[in-house]
Amino acid sequence: MISYIIRRLFQAVVVIFGVILIVFLLFHLEPTVVIAKAIVGPRASPAQVEAVIQSLGLDKPLYYQVWRLVDNYVHLNFGTSYQFNTPVRVLIAQALPKTLLLVGTSTIFALLIAIPLGVFQTVRRNKPSDYALTSMAFIFYATPPFVLGPLLVLFLAVDNHIFSPYVPPGDTLGQVALDWRAMVLPVFTLAAVTIAAFSRYMRSSMMDAMTQDYVRTARAKGASQSRVLFRHAFRNALIPIVTLVGLSIPGIVSGAVITETVFNFPGMGFLTVRAAEVFDLGTVVGTTVVATVATVAGSLIADILYAVVDPRIRYARR
Amino acid sequence: MHAGELWGGDAGGLFSGTSRAFSQDLGEFELARELDSAHVEKLDGVGSGEGTGAPSGGEATQTGSLGRLVLRVFLENKLALVGVVILVLMTAFCFLGPLFYHTNQQYTDLNAFTLPPNAQYPLGTDSNGFDVLGRLMKGGRSSLEVGLAAALVATMIGVVWGAAAGFFGGVVDALMMRFVDILLSIPTLLLLIVLSVLFTPSKYVLIFVIASVAWLYPARLVRGETLTLRTREYVQAVRVMGGNGRRIVYRHIIPNAIGTIIVNATFQVADAILFLAALGFLGLGVHFPDADWGSMLSDGATYLTAGYWWLIVPAGLCIVLVVVAINFIGDALRDALEVRLQRR
Repeated sequence: MISYIIRRLFQAVVVIFGVILIVFLLFHLEPTVVIAKAIVGPRASPAQVEAVIQSLGLDKPLYYQVWRLVDNYVHLNFGTSYQFNTPVRVLIAQALPKTLLLVGTSTIFALLIAIPLGVFQTVRRNKPSDYALTSMAFIFYATPPFVLGPLLVLFLAVDNHIFSPYVPPGDTLGQVALDWRAMVLPVFTLAAVTIAAFSRYMRSSMMDAMTQDYVRTARAKGASQSRVLFRHAFRNALIPIVTLVGLSIPGIVSGAVITETVFNFPGMGFLTVRAAEVFDLGTVVGTTVVATVATVAGSLIADILYAVVDPRIRYARR
Repeated sequence: MHAGELWGGDAGGLFSGTSRAFSQDLGEFELARELDSAHVEKLDGVGSGEGTGAPSGGEATQTGSLGRLVLRVFLENKLALVGVVILVLMTAFCFLGPLFYHTNQQYTDLNAFTLPPNAQYPLGTDSNGFDVLGRLMKGGRSSLEVGLAAALVATMIGVVWGAAAGFFGGVVDALMMRFVDILLSIPTLLLLIVLSVLFTPSKYVLIFVIASVAWLYPARLVRGETLTLRTREYVQAVRVMGGNGRRIVYRHIIPNAIGTIIVNATFQVADAILFLAALGFLGLGVHFPDADWGSMLSDGATYLTAGYWWLIVPAGLCIVLVVVAINFIGDALRDALEVRLQRR
């Protein structure tokens, strides 16, 4: 187990280094003059452009620049955003907690809804209520957040003033978290697809558990239906869900980018999109790398948890 | 994890009991995969080819035409027919519609600024004074064209990459697939944003931007197929007869993996349409005066608090309808091609 974790950690480091390298190389598809002019402006004199190129080290050999970038990133130095006139680290430090709040709340909410739904549908399988829930899940699953979000705002915030349409910008984490009228719609928009997907997997996983030998044994020794359901089947059915959550993280992050844009939620996605609009490559690269690290870490944790919750899993060296 | 997981492009996979996401993640998640195919077995009373692996061999032994069999199973699927009908209607709407329904989509008309639906403008006008119904047709053309083209390009790159990695094996395979893994660990939408900041988007650039993210999935899939196919007797026979690597890959491995590739390509179209819509919504899609459904939604989102529902509902409905229709078709295709395997 320990050796598995060490191996996975090593792989994660390689992946993150690879991501930095690829993003760096993409960045260098642009001529250095274009990068410099994005900072000093299109009408800067050649001398000014040259000064920027030198101060950023864009004239140094590529391997040196890669090394310096990795060095900087390891020390959490993501450079300066010239468009927002702030260090990228500061921008990320402001945005990241809010995104974690949004993603975390919405994932927990999704699990709290989806797991009972899956169990309920297993108990009532192939009955009208099962079909109704399946159809509902289908509709939510097929509706991307950039369609669902605006629709929810239109009907629940504009036509009926139940929730606020936007998250007030510039608020601190605490203010955002406590403003439930502003949080409900973004959390639900992001959670809708996840609820639909998780409930399907939970139903599938639960149905599978119900056909296992240990369930038959439990029934044979006279355990009640609820005991079979919750003590035997349910706990085993939860195991694949751990993996599912880990696998879903990249999708949830992408969904958060859209959701934040819809609701002006001041998180990482919103920051990335704003930076992209003004050609602020440094910020876009910084947020992308941070989001990737979070994704890789999330999958790693899910894989380790998978082994922890199910003692039957042994990670052998393949 | 598949791109469809982004927001649900692969509804079909989930709802037929098999899961694209899990079955594509070859290797790591055996348990989940077994779980899935076991579930299918229970529902349909037949084994699923998905969990256990690849098409076997090139020799067809059953009576009757293979193509006809596939077609029959496909046509038996009612949802697939619904999907085909929706897709045909939408294509006609987008490509033939403008021939009958002429609208100005070129010059802004500030006198017709965000008018609600009326006799002259059946779906109202947007913030540039463009007729929304006409703009839906124009936007749909970009969405369908880019979606189809990006899926084709992505599938071609992915198939060649995956087949090469699986065929050569060893260090080459490890390097090629680590590259895929690294790109896959960047959240898809963020990678798309980086790319569309770097390359000023036009329709053709967008095709390549989307394809350069989407090819990773077919690459993984085809590599898995190749790994199982290259140990088959007929591939070894080609080798004994002196056939070279390229011949084995192009004439034997890819044709035998074609079923899987077609199914995946179908879902890729739906995903590409969603990607384009997402980029359009973020303001990184095709540029004015071109339109796509995503940028129409973005325009609607700007005037959201004013309650202009006609800027949101029609475009949103179009995206959802087309994506669902394509997923129905992809799902039915998978069932049809699996039946081909079962009757062998």
